[in-house]
Amino acid sequence: MILHPTVLALVITSFLTSLMILYSGYYGIRILVNWDMGSGSELQLQLERRTYLISTMVGYLLALQLVSLFLFIFTADSISSLLVGAMCAVGTLSANGFGYPALLLKVAVFLLAGLWLILNRADNQGYDYPLIRKKYLLLLFMTPVILAETVCQALFFLGLRPDIITSCCGSLFSPEARGIATEMAGLPPLPTLAAFYASAAVTLASGVYFYLKGRGCGLFASLNLVHLVVTVVAIISVVSLYIYRMPSHHCPFCILQREYLYVGYPLYAAVLTGGVTGAGTGMLLPFRTVSSLREVLPGMTRRLSATSLACTAFSTLLVSWEVLATGFTLR
Amino acid sequence: MSGAIERQLHIIDFTVSSLLRRKGKNGALLTVYTLIVFILASVMFFTHAVKREAALVLRESPEIIVQRTLTGRYQPIPISYVESIGEIRGVISARPRLWGYYYDANFLANYTLVVPADQQPEAGTIDIGSGISRVREAFRGDTIGFTGHDGKPFAFVVNRVLEEESRLLTADLILMREADYRAFSGIPPGYATDLVLKVRNPREYTTIAEKIVKLHPDTRPIVRDEILRTYDALFGWRSGLVIVIFGAAVLAFVIFAWDKATGLSSEEKKEIGILKAVGWETSDVLLMKFWEGLAVSLTAFLAGVILGYCHVFFTSAALFAPVIKGWSTLYPDFRLVPFIDLADLVTLFFFTVVPYTVTTIVPSWRAATIDPDSVMR
Repeated sequence: MILHPTVLALVITSFLTSLMILYSGYYGIRILVNWDMGSGSELQLQLERRTYLISTMVGYLLALQLVSLFLFIFTADSISSLLVGAMCAVGTLSANGFGYPALLLKVAVFLLAGLWLILNRADNQGYDYPLIRKKYLLLLFMTPVILAETVCQALFFLGLRPDIITSCCGSLFSPEARGIATEMAGLPPLPTLAAFYASAAVTLASGVYFYLKGRGCGLFASLNLVHLVVTVVAIISVVSLYIYRMPSHHCPFCILQREYLYVGYPLYAAVLTGGVTGAGTGMLLPFRTVSSLREVLPGMTRRLSATSLACTAFSTLLVSWEVLATGFTLR
Repeated sequence: MSGAIERQLHIIDFTVSSLLRRKGKNGALLTVYTLIVFILASVMFFTHAVKREAALVLRESPEIIVQRTLTGRYQPIPISYVESIGEIRGVISARPRLWGYYYDANFLANYTLVVPADQQPEAGTIDIGSGISRVREAFRGDTIGFTGHDGKPFAFVVNRVLEEESRLLTADLILMREADYRAFSGIPPGYATDLVLKVRNPREYTTIAEKIVKLHPDTRPIVRDEILRTYDALFGWRSGLVIVIFGAAVLAFVIFAWDKATGLSSEEKKEIGILKAVGWETSDVLLMKFWEGLAVSLTAFLAGVILGYCHVFFTSAALFAPVIKGWSTLYPDFRLVPFIDLADLVTLFFFTVVPYTVTTIVPSWRAATIDPDSVMR
């Protein structure tokens, strides 16, 4: 256990988030079971009021989750000096088996909470709560993920032992090691870069097409999810090389440090936001036919796709700037 | 888009004027809130600044220090060890150091006595740190007396007063000539306090340390990275501990905030009732409550951080430095180099604003779902 102020803050926050989601989940179940729009009973009125509380809570939860995601990586980075062998966040996270699961769960919670808020917003546009059951099913699905994240994070911080030697990004992403991280880092750089640009181009094109014509929504949404993964792989495999100006350093966390002008923060924020909003357009697709949403949904999906397009364009430009402006070449 | 912004601005305008109408209640909340932020901010700023000072000190320290131990206690080391240790591959240089502590019973202070490797002061003269100069009111040309190891008095003339980048490093320092130091401290000729090694390649630290122990089993090599890590852990742990203790205060504050937020006066209830009667929706009232919380939190947070900053960097954390610092009494006046870390601010935000916000969600919602007819009747 490392008793560090930031670690305490993270643990307390995730504990609070868990409490909030348990509270919301309880009412989610009651809404799923007892919701009857046609009824004017006391219970129905109470449940309708509760929905306001729960959307407020999940709104705060998402904001907390976004900040704590970055704070988690930052903390892992800053306490790396306390662990033997760790030089950055990679070393800290691999110090025990709960580091990477906690990180992945944090990302998952962020994406799910973003989708939930989009669904909630669409639901609020209709006068008769058209999506209420779907919304609370998604909430119930989120609950175990958030609880798992809290547990993983707590176990991770509790299990940190400063005297155990861990490995750092140099060895995790080096050719000698085996595993998914090395596989990603070992992808041929230039073809991966080409794949990144191809994926960005296709995603942007389908987005523009959807924005102008209002068709191809499903394609755009799935391309966005693919692009999210492609971008992360590209960052590890090739973009990091350009940012560090080193042909062998593949770390996805060091780009969050000051030496690299904190370029990782806008990059990851844009990639995540683009992914959430892009996938959100696809999620709303099946509800176009709901009568109370027919008027408002097209406008909303257009706005979402515009946000997603802007984020993808921004992250692509940022990557291009890093690749072109460094003067570092892989040829 | 501009319509949406204008709507928010109107709601903020209304919220602020409504907050100002209830000065007493909100003032009390704001004071307690600010105090909590102030305390936690002081702890974190102070720890960070001290950690930075320590890192600054250790950056210049030797890569490996070799001490000799006898029955587990620290002993002077024979200078003859230098030769054999210096021959280990990877060691660039090895040299003996002479230094120690001296307790000044008259001024209740500990001094650190060091024999510098080069530019030793003239015989009978010393260089002193700014802390000693202040406490003993001694300046260049003055004479200072100490009691030697055998009880004999020693008098030295102050050659100069040291001023350096890090005051923590030099405040209690006395630089002395080797012959003077041996006479004063009683370390026999042929012995030194410890040995310092220069090693270029950090990867060889452990191997070299192992070789030294094999060569001289009575020695204890200390690698610089280990010291740095210990310092880091120690200060992080101390501030974490202080925060856990103040956690009780945060909890009390949260209960206080909960109480304030739930105990709506009939006037406030009436206000919300009227708002809803004139057409505000539940979500609008929730928005108003959101801005209310934000206004209170940001005011308290900024005020607390600024107060904490002044406390730590202008008054040297007068209120609780002894707890975290826990060092010699010579330091009451060392000024820390002002430094703010963004991560500290974010952490502080998580400790104060987040619990406050989470506490007030349910009461705000309760207030926002009041039936207009039930409160205006």
